[in-house]
Amino acid sequence: MATAGPTLVVRGLKTHFFTRAGQVKAVDDVSFEVGRGEIMGLVGESGSGKTVTGFSILGLVDPPGRVVAGEVLFNGENLVGLDEERMRRLRGDRIAMIFQDPMMTLNPVLRIDTQMIETVQAHREVDHAEARRLARDALGRVGIPSPDERLKAYPHQFSGGMRQRVAIAIALLNRPDLIIADEPTTALDVTIQGQILYEAQKLCRESGTAMIWITHDLAVVAGLAERICVMYAGRIVEQGAIDGVLDRPVHPYTRGLIGSVPSHNPRDGGRGGRLFQIPGMTPSLLSLPPGCAFRERCPRADDACAVDPEITRPLAGREVRCFHPHLETAA
Amino acid sequence: MSQAEQTGAGVPAIETDAVSKRFVNTLDLAARIARRLGADVVEEVVHAVDRVSIRVERGEVVGLVGESGCGKSTLGRMVAGILKPSDGVIRYKGRDLAALEGREARQAALAVQMIFQDPFASLNPRMRVADIVGEAPLYHGIVGRAELSDYLDEVLRRVGLDPAFKRRYPHQFSGGQRQRIGIARALAVKPEFLVCDEAIAALDVSIQAQVLNLFMDLRQDLDLTYLFISHDLSVVEHISDRVVIMYLGRIVEAAATEALFAEPNHPYTQALLAGVPRLDLRRRVYEPVKGEIPSPLAPPPGCHFHPRCPHAMARCRQEVPALREITPGCWSACHLNDG
Repeated sequence: MATAGPTLVVRGLKTHFFTRAGQVKAVDDVSFEVGRGEIMGLVGESGSGKTVTGFSILGLVDPPGRVVAGEVLFNGENLVGLDEERMRRLRGDRIAMIFQDPMMTLNPVLRIDTQMIETVQAHREVDHAEARRLARDALGRVGIPSPDERLKAYPHQFSGGMRQRVAIAIALLNRPDLIIADEPTTALDVTIQGQILYEAQKLCRESGTAMIWITHDLAVVAGLAERICVMYAGRIVEQGAIDGVLDRPVHPYTRGLIGSVPSHNPRDGGRGGRLFQIPGMTPSLLSLPPGCAFRERCPRADDACAVDPEITRPLAGREVRCFHPHLETAA
Repeated sequence: MSQAEQTGAGVPAIETDAVSKRFVNTLDLAARIARRLGADVVEEVVHAVDRVSIRVERGEVVGLVGESGCGKSTLGRMVAGILKPSDGVIRYKGRDLAALEGREARQAALAVQMIFQDPFASLNPRMRVADIVGEAPLYHGIVGRAELSDYLDEVLRRVGLDPAFKRRYPHQFSGGQRQRIGIARALAVKPEFLVCDEAIAALDVSIQAQVLNLFMDLRQDLDLTYLFISHDLSVVEHISDRVVIMYLGRIVEAAATEALFAEPNHPYTQALLAGVPRLDLRRRVYEPVKGEIPSPLAPPPGCHFHPRCPHAMARCRQEVPALREITPGCWSACHLNDG
């Protein structure tokens, strides 16, 4: 199945929600690629459309939402408009998703082994014993001690971090080509988060699985990803290699976001100094003004910004949607 | 620290002296009968906070850090007077809070206010902003009814809210604005000490920066002292003068912020700092701490961290390490320092 090209190519994806109050452009003309074994960080604040982007790839958008334009090429096959039976075969087999809340993945009234064996047998013709062996191996791979006994446990008998590992183990079961991880460590403690990040890195390195890591935490992405896409109000405003974007952000929003993170940050005023703050708040997608969605909070906005900015490539390997990118510091 | 020097300088704003909090799950009737009949049932006791002593000097920001279940919120609630300690003494400006009565007790209670994590759960959805913020100062006679409106305008402006919003209800505000309402409610009774319990954890990154900046402005303008509880080490490093690290109900390390982040002494602090994602560390190889946080219902004997500690020795499994001053101003509870 694997082709020479990138595992996933998303082009011009638009997912809109047709609500009674009006049309919400949750994802509006989003394009990116993820290569084999690559971890791509998809970063944004609440309501920026990062989760809906993940759902759109998996065909999980429910009415009143609909993918209205664009294509999602997975190993060369367009997933948009794919029939439900084919999609079902891909989901949980070639593409898996990890949610922020592991209880969205786990059924609270079924034992772990029941759920894992079902996942294997839904996609492969193997007998019960073989499915069980695969389940046990997957639990072992994500660092769950004594996997044989833990298979017989119910979800409530695990701690939060362990539950998230089980969810990850289920995602790994069929060795997918792509994993979409939606804030999988946000609810976890620092030491447990470190363990999960370690497993994610190992997995992509060893099995060539591509991963989209959706998060609001720039620091997590900094340590994990090779590439980063920054979303704001349904659009990717800046994307590129992780070092380039974090060290020399050119979109005013990316700059503001990085400046807002305290500590170990070249842009903050040192300990106890004032943090850079983006004025105002994230706009409602319902009443989005035409033009650049960031313009009302942007220090560089002028009349030109009343028109939708197109994607430009001001630096090698960088895509930006802005009329006034920060390029002055170019040396 | 005696009652005599209650108003003098050098008396900490808040001091806890070997404070403990135990939550006991008392047996119901059926379980009591079962025990009479010889069944093996015991009361479950959680030692949420175990003989913790901290000092917060006036004007200082102390960061209290730890993972879930370490007791940091319970300690914060005891300091704020919401929970009563099971053991130990909490002194406000040198005076035992439990021994104060009447007017003095009320004043001390007003002087220490708390900001909560969830800006949705901590505001009464059926009250208007004016009532949420104005109820306490009116009741306690800080302002008269005639001046209340002007006073509210002043408090709301101070936290960056438009006073025109005061007739609105909480659901009409965003998360960041609600957190500002919570801060205004605390400030309205003119406190000297704020306990912030994960006060920015629920907010978006760009809004976190706005609220952190507000806390720092308020500290300067109103001469406030903070106990800043958070699991986010980057935030704590940014805002605190001193940092206290807790693990399963006990303090494992306490030191000035620079010293603690430059040279963490306790193996748990070292592991915690190593695990924090940082903007300037790219494609790093995470080396996770092994194991899980044990249940506070059945904490391991000896040093609570020993099952996960890479340096654990036989002694760590039996003897609880005392919190000792390792270098001036740096306290740590680890047997390794005795070597």
